Amino acid sequence: MWGEFMDTTEKGKKAYGRAVDSLTPNSKLFSNCLKAFVTGGLICIIGELLKNGFTSMDFDEDSVSLLTNMVLIGTSALLTGFGLYSKLGKFCGAGTIVPITGFANSMASSSIEGKSEGWIMGLGATMFNVAGPVIVYGLASSILVGVVYYFVK
Amino acid sequence: MAVKKGKQTVVFQKKIAIEATAAFVGKKEGEGPLKDYFDTVVEDAMYGEKTWEKAESKFVKNTFEEALKKAGLKNSDIDYLVCGDLLNQCSGTVFGTREMGVPYFGIYGACSTFGEALTLGSILIDSGGGKTVLAGTSSHFCTAEKQFRFPLELGTQRPPSATWTVTGSGAAVLKENGSGPVIESATIGKVVDMGIKDAANMGGAMAGAAVDVITAHFRDTGRNADYYDVIATGDLGYIGRDLAVKYLAENGYEMPSSFTDCGIEIFDRKTQDTHSGGSGCACSAVVFCGYFYTLLKESKIKRMLLVPTGAMMSAISGKQGESIPSVSYAVSIERQ
Repeated sequence: MWGEFMDTTEKGKKAYGRAVDSLTPNSKLFSNCLKAFVTGGLICIIGELLKNGFTSMDFDEDSVSLLTNMVLIGTSALLTGFGLYSKLGKFCGAGTIVPITGFANSMASSSIEGKSEGWIMGLGATMFNVAGPVIVYGLASSILVGVVYYFVK
Repeated sequence: MAVKKGKQTVVFQKKIAIEATAAFVGKKEGEGPLKDYFDTVVEDAMYGEKTWEKAESKFVKNTFEEALKKAGLKNSDIDYLVCGDLLNQCSGTVFGTREMGVPYFGIYGACSTFGEALTLGSILIDSGGGKTVLAGTSSHFCTAEKQFRFPLELGTQRPPSATWTVTGSGAAVLKENGSGPVIESATIGKVVDMGIKDAANMGGAMAGAAVDVITAHFRDTGRNADYYDVIATGDLGYIGRDLAVKYLAENGYEMPSSFTDCGIEIFDRKTQDTHSGGSGCACSAVVFCGYFYTLLKESKIKRMLLVPTGAMMSAISGKQGESIPSVSYAVSIERQ
């Protein structure tokens, strides 16, 4: 027996968990989804506008997508450095996490914190703390899909 | 010598007075409802240093020095430091006190550390091991987020159950036969794990430990909630407080409206966006050292039970799927 005056049996813990759940307010699912939809869509529209802009400047297709990503990533990293992206993220939620801007934010924000431990073991090592799993499993699943595509197509 | 009463309570035989206290806080805490009770509000999260960790240690150093100054004591007058913080190896307090030259006890009770420090400090004095002890803790929003959660600038949303780690440090000088409110007894909590795994709901995880130790205190001393003018838990926040009220009632103790929580007192949740309330080692420390100590001194309250609460998970245990064990200490402080 751990606590004497709390029921720490499985049954007691289950009842406690239910009490915690009933007293914990839920996140505002609907308004959060709506904000994410609108702001995430807005970022994609900005991406499309950039793409159209670069296309009209006579870049080839590869350069256009490269430049578009560069602008989005660069802006996102810059906003993170100025401490503005976290404020955006608080409002937009998944809207600013899911697009490529969120990926840049995860790397920039980790780098900022790692810097106090030096360039190598600090910034360099912590840069991928949040983004690392996304890269690993992103690559792994793309390989898997590639193999399946090779045989099934 | 301290006398054990019941199963978990120590009653002190000597007059262990809290001679003086000091509370330094960060900007956000300095904008909260208790702003006038703190010694210093430090606007800069870095406190003029190069890292957040150095800033936290500077909070410790300056707060401890201020507490000694207010007590009219020098470093050499102190027999022991009993202190701790949230960082690995208690580095916030170790680096903050390394120049003090005072015998040192580093303790870890997560956010309950201030209760543990007051309890152990009182036991040291009551045992005759010393006459003067400085008990103190610190926490810093940025160092805690960095160690336990995500980078600060990561654009995420905090859930409604999340608490906000208090930036600051609180210190109390305990002195045998000194003047000021007296630490009368303390009930030492057991580790209680109610199976909660959500690290963003620490109030929910810790309420069980608070209920357990408060019930034990009442059983050991034969008291009930009416005995105290104020009963304040450390950092249960709104969700944890409601849970504690529910489970204490089930144990036969109806809590009066004066039953509060330091994490609720320190921030205004409507204007400060702190969700369920404040947390961290400094939460109960600065609220007691700044606010409740002043109320005791001014005789606005006569008896209080301070119940700092600690969620004892590590950055690793959570990732390994462990639930959150919690601990809590009930310290009875009164004007005599």
